[in-house]
Amino acid sequence: MTMPPRAVPVADRALLVELGDAVAPEVQAQVWALDRALRGDPVPGQVELVPAMVNLLVIFDPLVTDHAAVAAAVLARLASLPEVPQDATPREVLVCYDPPHAPDLAAVAAQTGLTEEAVIAAHLAGEFRVAMYGFAPGYAYLTGLPEPIRLPRKTAPLRAVPAGSVIIAGGQCLVTTLTMPTGWWIIGRSPTRILTGAEAHPFLFDVGDRVRFRRIPASELEQGA
Amino acid sequence: MTRAVLRVTAAGPLCSVQDGGRAGFLRFGVPASGAMDRAALALANHGLGNPPGAAAVEVSLGGLTLEVEEGALSIAIAGGGFLLDRGSTRLGSWQVVTLREGDRLAVRRGPWGAWSVMAFAGRLIAPDWLGSRATHALSGLGGGAVTKGQRLVVEDSRLLPERPIACPVWARPRGEVAVVIGPQDRFFGSDRIDLLLGTTFHLTDAYDRMGVRLRGPSLAPQSALAIPSEPVLRGSIQVAGDGVPVVLLADHQTTGGYPKIATLVGSELDGFAQLRPHAAVAFRAVSPEQAVGMARLRAAALARLLER
Repeated sequence: MTMPPRAVPVADRALLVELGDAVAPEVQAQVWALDRALRGDPVPGQVELVPAMVNLLVIFDPLVTDHAAVAAAVLARLASLPEVPQDATPREVLVCYDPPHAPDLAAVAAQTGLTEEAVIAAHLAGEFRVAMYGFAPGYAYLTGLPEPIRLPRKTAPLRAVPAGSVIIAGGQCLVTTLTMPTGWWIIGRSPTRILTGAEAHPFLFDVGDRVRFRRIPASELEQGA
Repeated sequence: MTRAVLRVTAAGPLCSVQDGGRAGFLRFGVPASGAMDRAALALANHGLGNPPGAAAVEVSLGGLTLEVEEGALSIAIAGGGFLLDRGSTRLGSWQVVTLREGDRLAVRRGPWGAWSVMAFAGRLIAPDWLGSRATHALSGLGGGAVTKGQRLVVEDSRLLPERPIACPVWARPRGEVAVVIGPQDRFFGSDRIDLLLGTTFHLTDAYDRMGVRLRGPSLAPQSALAIPSEPVLRGSIQVAGDGVPVVLLADHQTTGGYPKIATLVGSELDGFAQLRPHAAVAFRAVSPEQAVGMARLRAAALARLLER
């Protein structure tokens, strides 16, 4: 459900523009549309935008503007957003589901009552969107995990899960960028770098992008992306 | 071209290369990082004629000891009331100090403060990530941790007259901190807000560059809720289901699923960072308008010091 937008002051330097209370596709579409509009044509004093699941943080420079001015400008922009959803950039992420790169694949199959190949097929059929980044640099939360392979997190996190792991939990999927603990299910490994190292475009995705996975054999994973 | 090489002979935990921060990448999960006390960084750099956000070494309560292996240079120390020994000579912190080949310098905790900044007359050589040398603790990306045995190389090293750096009164630790209530105050009863504002809390040892847990009465939200993960700022006071408030600091995660009862005003962050574990802190609510006024006053005060 969409609700009347709220612009809540945060400290001396930001407004949290809240577009919904619960995650829903129409709320996300509105977050992305507002993000895009403000990036293309910043309001005076705008410093940084942080889109999330149901809201957008607008950080501003308190030396040149204030909450009231930014709220008025942002809410006016919200009222004039295009009705038609805008095109999203498609991205492809490579994934290898072969052992030893998919340590939880068998467990996901067992818990969902599917074969391992059916789990893989469901994941490959997923049409994901980049909902937000968070947790750590380049951790892009992808929504759109197909229903049949949705599982709650594991009860205990696994330590030192390698960077590039393709992990799932709930309706989300994520490709890790750091070696970190995770309680999500590890169903594959990707050579695709989210932290691209490219100066002009240091992160592979932007919020709102469409993502599909493409299967590769272990031999291709070991060669790198 | 001149250069100086400093060997790190001892380093406490959490010593790292920091600069003015890596702004603009929160949307990609990357906090700004940068010095815990940003005014101290600016003043130390200014003492040497450097740009205010130039890369420097941030010294934690664990201290840092160096030996000059090669060359000579001036450094500036600001932030916290740390103690400085050059060989057997005791020097104050908040000053420009000359180091020559063979000199040994120890920076250690003093009567007050939790973080100090050591800036260099010259260019500190350190890895850059996304246009900044600030170290992001979780990933180690950026300039990197400063550890025992490491060599710090400063190119174009220069010598300047030794002199004190003025320590503004607002650089002292801040036991009463201004906050703006929210943005998720609606999940907390008014009794919880009253507790936040009416109780003295204490910092705990669960303190690093990502954040610090506080000790005090439980501020548990009214209902156990799973709010959708949303953006947070440096200075957000996040309350998990256990009721324990955590103040998020320079290397904070960029989003979080716990409600934020209040957020520190930006001009309070440096003074808050100078509180040590176990120090007492009280929170005082100001309106968003007052918070903007505080930001402007502080920026003007710092600008006056940087014009000198």
